[in-house]
Amino acid sequence: MNGVHNILNVERLSMRFGGLAAIDDLSLDVPVGKITAVIGPNGAGKTTLFNCLTGFYKPTVGSVRLNHPQRGTLLLETLPSHQVAHKAQVVRTFQNIRLFPKMTVLENLIVAQHNALQQASFFTLAGLFALPSYRRAEAAAMEKAVNWLTRLGLIEKADTAAGDLPYGTQRRIEIARALCVDPILLCLDEPAAGLNPRESAELNELLMRLARDEGISILLIEHDMSVVMKVSDHICVLNYGRKIAEGTPQEIQNDPNVIKAYLGEEDADEELHAEVAP
Amino acid sequence: MSAPVYAHEAPTAAERVKDALAVAFVALLLGIPMIGLTTVDQGGSLVVATRWSWLAAFAAACFVGRLVLRFSLDTLTRRRTARQRAAGAKTVKIAGASRLVSTIGWVAVAFSLLLPIVFSDNRYVVDTATTVLIYVMLGWGLNVVVGLAGLLDLGHVAFYAVGAYAYALLSTQFGWGFWTALPVAALISAAFGVVLGWPSLRLRGDYLAIVTLGFGEIIRVVLNNWTSLSGGPNGVTSIPRPTFFGLAFKPPGDTPTFAGFFGLDFSPGHRIVFLYYVILVLCLLTNVFVTRLRKLPVGRAWEAVREDEIACKALGMNVTNVKLSAFVLGAMLGGVAGVFFAARQGFISPESFTFNESAIILAIVVLGGMGSQLGVVLASLVLVLLPELGRDFAEYRMLLFGTAMILIMIWRPGGILSKREPTLRHVKDGGRA
Repeated sequence: MNGVHNILNVERLSMRFGGLAAIDDLSLDVPVGKITAVIGPNGAGKTTLFNCLTGFYKPTVGSVRLNHPQRGTLLLETLPSHQVAHKAQVVRTFQNIRLFPKMTVLENLIVAQHNALQQASFFTLAGLFALPSYRRAEAAAMEKAVNWLTRLGLIEKADTAAGDLPYGTQRRIEIARALCVDPILLCLDEPAAGLNPRESAELNELLMRLARDEGISILLIEHDMSVVMKVSDHICVLNYGRKIAEGTPQEIQNDPNVIKAYLGEEDADEELHAEVAP
Repeated sequence: MSAPVYAHEAPTAAERVKDALAVAFVALLLGIPMIGLTTVDQGGSLVVATRWSWLAAFAAACFVGRLVLRFSLDTLTRRRTARQRAAGAKTVKIAGASRLVSTIGWVAVAFSLLLPIVFSDNRYVVDTATTVLIYVMLGWGLNVVVGLAGLLDLGHVAFYAVGAYAYALLSTQFGWGFWTALPVAALISAAFGVVLGWPSLRLRGDYLAIVTLGFGEIIRVVLNNWTSLSGGPNGVTSIPRPTFFGLAFKPPGDTPTFAGFFGLDFSPGHRIVFLYYVILVLCLLTNVFVTRLRKLPVGRAWEAVREDEIACKALGMNVTNVKLSAFVLGAMLGGVAGVFFAARQGFISPESFTFNESAIILAIVVLGGMGSQLGVVLASLVLVLLPELGRDFAEYRMLLFGTAMILIMIWRPGGILSKREPTLRHVKDGGRA
């Protein structure tokens, strides 16, 4: 793969906690405008990888290069964590949903546009006097939030406290909130966890639309194979912090290493296929 | 968090009695040292006397009280759930509640404006109201830090002290007036906020609380010992009082006075009323300012940081700056309250800035309902007036105070006003028109 078509190049990344190598010499390319899934058994280092990509951990060794269409190449591992979202526009969601539970859904989405609004309010001066420039920016932020809420079917809940909503809805709110940051790379940590089959199917639809229509590259950690195999263009399999396989969904399903990692030595083949079957 | 809800049916009579007996037993144990034993002065020496009959009455009162409380709470809960189930829609209630809060707010403003006129001959009332307003101001300052940004600050009194000493020194040493010194002293307090906040705001929860607690003590100890600057334990005396556009509140003399200018008979009450209006104006300005800030990006960022700091980082917010802005604003408002305090008292010493003050201010914020502006006002009223009203009960005053706080926390665990009002809405409130 050549660099131009990749939004992210992870090179020889290692993350050690004391003697434990959570990620061990991992290289990974994430193609632009596509959906890439990272799968692997529990404790394989998937979330650690996300934490390294989004600045929450400083990797022990290795580099994470983001090819930003406007800002050129950015080294994510050198950016402070908030700059990863602000400057590099790499936005993540969390495995255990992290909304602002007492704030309304709409407020959650407006907070996501904090940097733009803060600038428009001249660091609150213009906002304090409600100057037209600030009012315009606020209206635009509202419009963006309402747009995403409508598209994700959340508009009815706009004025409800986010913490009062059911789990599946909260997952969608978290994605909507991340979209309000204008991501070029969206990192979703188990977005289908806890969703029922119908919600899960809606999520598939949403992810594919985002990649196709909005051109947002998506990096996805997921255990739900019905999601992974359906939406992914590219899959990377981790086990014990190492990459054991990479390729299209078809290739991964037939990869003996993957089957071994997931299901042990025997009878693995059928089960993986069984999960994938619609 | 709320009182236990019995899902299906109320507890049986036996359960209620057992529960009340348990409470009465605890009351009995607690009552032995507090009520059962007392000291009597017998010819110059103290003798321990017993009052078992009192104790028995106390335990019996607790028993009955518990029965009644439990029963009424259960009834209330049952009625509430029934009503909620019947109403179904929650939104109507929220709109109604917010309108009620704003009505109470306006009534409170009108009342506070009229208070000195109604009680013009009662110096004590106006003076106490001024004290309440000082605590309201302090509470609103700390409310930004604790209630909105969720930073547990146990040393708010430090900024109060910095503001007070800044004004005291600026006025006594350099002859600055109240109105010129006010913004400067506020800025000095804010600067102290930056100095403390910059390194320590990386800490979370309990750790931040300990650092701020330490800072509060440091300021007090420094003021106590740096005699050449602060006068040490003797404090700073004869701090000039604020003037009415240069007109002093003094008996007629060589300089123009307020009474002389307006052709009134001199009365010391004028100054009391004037001071009251000064702090009232400062409070109202603070309220408008903070309410407005809450609806701006910074304000929402404060609340977001309180709710989930990690999520804020993931959304590209510079969490340190957000926290620092809340902390510095809180420090500044504390400083303003300090300036007013120094100007009102005319004398300050480190004695006025003990940890006790920090605790009271924090209690005001927590009791009022974290983040609620009106809640702070109500809580200040409770916390300042209760000890005042309790003067007649002498030694039971603090006991009364404690009981009141416990009761409030039982009834309203989230504070007096714990309902959070959204900063913006998608569907505009239809009922307001």
